[in-house]
Amino acid sequence: MGTAVTLVKDSVPTTRAARSAATARTGRPGRRRENLAGYLFMSPWIAGFLLLTAGPMVASLYFAFTDYNLFNTPRWIGFDNFTRMFDDPRWQKSVEVTAKYVVIGTPLKLLLALGVALLLAQSRRGQAFYRAAFYAPSLIGASVSVGFVWRSLFSDDAVVDRAQSFLGFHVGGWVGNADWVLYCLVALTVWQFGAPMVIFLAGLKQVPRELYEAAEMDGAGPFRRFWNITLPMISPVLFFNVLLETIHSFQIFGSAYVVSNTSCGPADATLVYTCYLYQQGFKNSQMGFASAMAWMLLLAVALVTAALFWSQKKWVHYEEGAR
Amino acid sequence: MSSTSSLAGAGRKRTGSLAWHLGALLILAVILYPVVWVIGASFKPSKDIVNSLTLFPSHPILSNFKGLADGMADISIWTFFQNSLVYAVGAVVGVLVSCSLTAYAFARIRFAGRNLLFSLMIGTLLLPYHVLLIPQYVMFQKLELVNTYVPLLIGKYLATEAFFVFLMVQFMRNLPRELDEAARLDGCGHLRIYWSIVLPLCRPALITSAIFTFINAWNDFMGPLIYLNEPGKYTVSLGLMMFRDSDGVAANYGGMIAMSLVALLPVLLFFLAFQRYLIDGMATSGLKG
Repeated sequence: MGTAVTLVKDSVPTTRAARSAATARTGRPGRRRENLAGYLFMSPWIAGFLLLTAGPMVASLYFAFTDYNLFNTPRWIGFDNFTRMFDDPRWQKSVEVTAKYVVIGTPLKLLLALGVALLLAQSRRGQAFYRAAFYAPSLIGASVSVGFVWRSLFSDDAVVDRAQSFLGFHVGGWVGNADWVLYCLVALTVWQFGAPMVIFLAGLKQVPRELYEAAEMDGAGPFRRFWNITLPMISPVLFFNVLLETIHSFQIFGSAYVVSNTSCGPADATLVYTCYLYQQGFKNSQMGFASAMAWMLLLAVALVTAALFWSQKKWVHYEEGAR
Repeated sequence: MSSTSSLAGAGRKRTGSLAWHLGALLILAVILYPVVWVIGASFKPSKDIVNSLTLFPSHPILSNFKGLADGMADISIWTFFQNSLVYAVGAVVGVLVSCSLTAYAFARIRFAGRNLLFSLMIGTLLLPYHVLLIPQYVMFQKLELVNTYVPLLIGKYLATEAFFVFLMVQFMRNLPRELDEAARLDGCGHLRIYWSIVLPLCRPALITSAIFTFINAWNDFMGPLIYLNEPGKYTVSLGLMMFRDSDGVAANYGGMIAMSLVALLPVLLFFLAFQRYLIDGMATSGLKG
């Protein structure tokens, strides 16, 4: 193939080659053609962005200030949806439940992911096998099937309950217990630690060996080596994982809905934010209120993202030239 | 190095390796327990499923699976599978076409406004889907497209899956530029370069995107829950929900567990066949983020 290309290239009149090279550098017509080609190739994305992202965002901001049940014409009510929301005990509960889920679940998941990645990175035999096996739950964790399995494993007299009773503290099934059921969801997200683990592992592989050898020569122990070499070197990957996992866990819906048997209970104990949004929007047809809720979620996610990007300057180290 | 110290080193290495494998196996046991449990449970009679602690029944029964042949509320189980397959395959085709075209533009064409559009695209990666949920539903309701697959699929054909665009851009940027230049001197336009040069070289990224898209569509719950309201159109996720009773204790608990296992099978098989592509695709997404 290589020879064919050079042969054809040789047969092209030199004037044309020279002209096209010249237009590529400076010529106007070439640039205009590139712009046209760029936007033609991008046209599906542009249509999608306008129709399914930008347009709906504007519409949802508008609905947030209206009373709208899908069949009436939206009626402007100013900030009423927001004031009602802040006074609504169920909304407050949903914020509390979601905050708890994010604050407990995400760090646990990432700690486990990092810990297991460090273990696997020691490059022993069987690494590829373990990596694949630990990753598998991330692919099926979001399914209804696993939701049912979780509900079964954490119900009264099932394996978790029995193990716990055996250890001497009896709570019964977590699924029916308002104090425990959220930890059942936390366990489900922690079980899916494989996805961030794979990313950590890829980051660990990029840390130059020489750094460790040099540190060992200087007498640095394993803890010092982790703190002073590994952690700074993988901080971009850590940042990426913290950002994505946090944003994702704010949006948990399916597993809460399935594990609680669609009730988001008992006693609203698994009423995560999006469950309440779903109930208000699609069960009670309060599209205006639900849009206002969605914008509060967007605001929260944006604030957390901004805070993470801001904090990045203090703890994320990018290699010279890598960015 | 003296012989004694190397012997001690070997010994230490062996115990270290043993501890490593023990640790890894312990995690493996916890991770795989739910999967092994559901396999065993699907062969148990309904009343034993929750509280029998033995993983596999001493007298396995097949009636849970045989019961599935009767379908659910007059709908054959295969209808759910067919619907899921239509959704998943439709999504794969859409993502492959639209995301690769978009990625080509970002990676290989220098056009005005490219950087701005690229940051917008990355921005949508972080945008919570729920902000779009209600206006999109309103729009599809006005267009009378609720209870069809259009709302579920249209985004896939319009490259809204920013993660896959990003994945393909990363891949295309690493292809040598000389290929384009040579083709250009031969008089190839962008369409030819895209189709005959870039796409074939992007196969790994395309495979990764295809499998992830398939699995995501197969597992998707919220989309079908909101848009499909006629049991004949239900996907496997929704069909599965029909097995539960309002009090949460399924009348046919065995059938529910058997169906859960059957619903997981395509994903597990895909994983076994393509795990390299999935894991490498995941791994590279985090690097140079």
